[in-house]
Amino acid sequence: MNFDDTPAEAAFRAEVRAWIDANGPHELKADLESAGFGSMELKGVDSMAAAKAWQKKKSQAGWACLHWPKEYGGRGSTPIERVIWGQEEGAYGALGGVFIIGHGMCGPTMMAFASEAQKRRYLPPLAAGEEIWCQLFSEPAGGSDLAGLRTRAEPATDGSGDWIINGQKIWTSGAHYSDMAILITRTDPTVPKHKGLTMFFLSMKTPGIEIRPIKQANGQSGFNEVYFTDVRIPDAQRLGKVGDGWKVSLTTLMNERLSIGSGMSTGFPELFELCCRIETENGLAVDDPAVRSKLANWAVKTTGLKYTGFRALSALSRGETPGPENSIGKLVAGPAMQEIAMFAEDLQAQAGIISDPAIAAANGRFQAMLMRSPATRVEGGTDEILRNIIAERVLGLPADIRVDKDVPFNQIPASARA
Amino acid sequence: MNFEFSDEQKQMGAEARRFLAAKCPTAAVRAVLEGDQAYDATLWKGLADMGFLGVAIPEAYGGLGLGYLELCVIAEEMGRALAPAPFSSSVFLATEFLIVAGSESQKAAWLPKLAAGEVIGTFAHAERAGAVTPKTVQLVASADGRLTGAKTAVPDGSIADFAIVAARTAPGSDARGVSLFLVDLNQAGVSRIPLQTIDPSRGHARLDFNGAVAEPLGGAGEGWSILEQVFDRAAILTAFEQIGGADRALEMARDYALERMAFGRPIGSFQAIKHMLADMYVLATLARSNGYYGAWALSTGAAELPEAAATARVSATQAFQHCAKNNIQVHGGMGFTWAFDCHLFYRRSNLLALNLGPQSQWEDKLIARMRARNAA
Repeated sequence: MNFDDTPAEAAFRAEVRAWIDANGPHELKADLESAGFGSMELKGVDSMAAAKAWQKKKSQAGWACLHWPKEYGGRGSTPIERVIWGQEEGAYGALGGVFIIGHGMCGPTMMAFASEAQKRRYLPPLAAGEEIWCQLFSEPAGGSDLAGLRTRAEPATDGSGDWIINGQKIWTSGAHYSDMAILITRTDPTVPKHKGLTMFFLSMKTPGIEIRPIKQANGQSGFNEVYFTDVRIPDAQRLGKVGDGWKVSLTTLMNERLSIGSGMSTGFPELFELCCRIETENGLAVDDPAVRSKLANWAVKTTGLKYTGFRALSALSRGETPGPENSIGKLVAGPAMQEIAMFAEDLQAQAGIISDPAIAAANGRFQAMLMRSPATRVEGGTDEILRNIIAERVLGLPADIRVDKDVPFNQIPASARA
Repeated sequence: MNFEFSDEQKQMGAEARRFLAAKCPTAAVRAVLEGDQAYDATLWKGLADMGFLGVAIPEAYGGLGLGYLELCVIAEEMGRALAPAPFSSSVFLATEFLIVAGSESQKAAWLPKLAAGEVIGTFAHAERAGAVTPKTVQLVASADGRLTGAKTAVPDGSIADFAIVAARTAPGSDARGVSLFLVDLNQAGVSRIPLQTIDPSRGHARLDFNGAVAEPLGGAGEGWSILEQVFDRAAILTAFEQIGGADRALEMARDYALERMAFGRPIGSFQAIKHMLADMYVLATLARSNGYYGAWALSTGAAELPEAAATARVSATQAFQHCAKNNIQVHGGMGFTWAFDCHLFYRRSNLLALNLGPQSQWEDKLIARMRARNAA
């Protein structure tokens, strides 16, 4: 048992490190390392331009989307090489935030279901950061119950074979700066809900698309509503068969949970640092037994997640598929972050209400965590959905009894007051 | 990255599991729980024959000379089977005290017998209710090595052949006044009183020392620091025992949820039950990963050992207590019957949560040690 690289991994790491040393955007490093929670503000720099420039540079040298095949703009690397790249990229990895959904979810879906010509057209610019992708999945009526979505795709009446899209999506990250998207729609409302769905991809510049930013509960705007009014797309942009959209979406969502769940922060190191500086009635917080007891609980959650990740890496290193234990990541980290934020503010007492980064303790990091953490517990699968997944897929418990399972979609009650 | 047990180590764990499945079904645990014997002597003999008692003891002292990773996988199986045997007292404590602080002649005298299961050793430190600190160690050792005083809640105290005993060699409350002694318990100066405890499947006793003859283990005044070192090592090994118990309790709850019908469906199809089981899985998984961290530190003698030990201990205690109590909850009323095995795990989880010091003490150690590292 050790944490060492194999000789091949060490050689790969050395190659990565040398290239990053020679080519990394070192002028941005300090800003990226001190960036506040959930934001990437680069002083005096257009952060989108910086992100695209770094992605382009990586792509030209063969360091973009390492796990993708070379012919689609990747490197054909092993999973462990991809992890080593991420470790070495370090703070610069934050520049890739705008590409995560495209590289992690849309790309793999295109890879599995698009035609060869489409893959060669769309995947290389996606890998190179020239085109940004988003996923149009969640709807006002379909979040956890994604298959309850209502956005319609209907065959055009002119015999062209095109599809006409009407409806609304919500919680779309990055829709306002995306060039392309994958889109799941309902093509048949007369069959049970999972059977009437179909997946497409389309340009976000297609006429009839309107994007409105959502003002979130924490005051920021990272997500959007996307409205479709008679949006026309050719049948060639369909992914998978008509009615197979649910199966296609599972490919995407498997990738979503993998990428969102990995390396999640709980905020514990920041809390520990605060406790070493701030006083309670009994002296320094970190010396107070009541504080220590709480800290210990979050410490073992944080280290437990870290070493659960190391176990997965060990499996990858041996060329095996990691076990199901990684599915706990977001379920542990999300609630822990929220509890940690609340406790950090309790320690700050009355001043804990101050969120102004210029005067609040730790630059307002805990106040920002407090206001952002409710979203972490919902996005990419709520705590409750994640528990269902662990119970059903890891522990083998029976699936939930679904009262709408065999009911045609258009006969499922839509209102609790009906 | 190779943060995993080797195939050979896993095979050893599988071998231990097969052996315990055959020799230590829960009926064997119940026999000790309900009977007059303080342990299962046949099982103990079998464990010795398998070589499990001397896995980490060097070959020069009659052990297998393997290592702590091997001992961790066996500890996990012992916990899973709730083995009613003095494994933790003899192997995690007495053996480790000798390895860490024993003189050459003490090691030569005792380790081969411990490895062969010919003697059972234990450790005695608590004298009253409340956290054990240097101040609470008041059993007195005279200058000529005779012990006077009492120790309570001593694991396997009624069956052990010898004990390592923490005694006061300088009056007062200072840690430097605490020294360790190796005491033959089969002597006139020692009397033993079996105690009624929350987990009778593991025997405990009060030991009274009336001028008992004892020999020093380690230097005078070094007792407390040796104790802390050995407790760190034992905490990691015990964590694996707890991880094994937690996993088994989770499996029992899962299996029952699949088979028990209520309201016309298996109770495992209700989200209230599913979510409880998912939370048990989360804590068991965190505990296993933290346990690996401890195993790594113990097997390599890493500088992180004290912090890793506290991490593994706090996490494993949480997991086993949580899984054992919610195993009863999933079983409903049946879980509270004597006939169902749920209470065996509940008892053991609460015993193991205390036997190297309570959770609050380990939480405190964990944060103190993280702070020391950060300050360094």
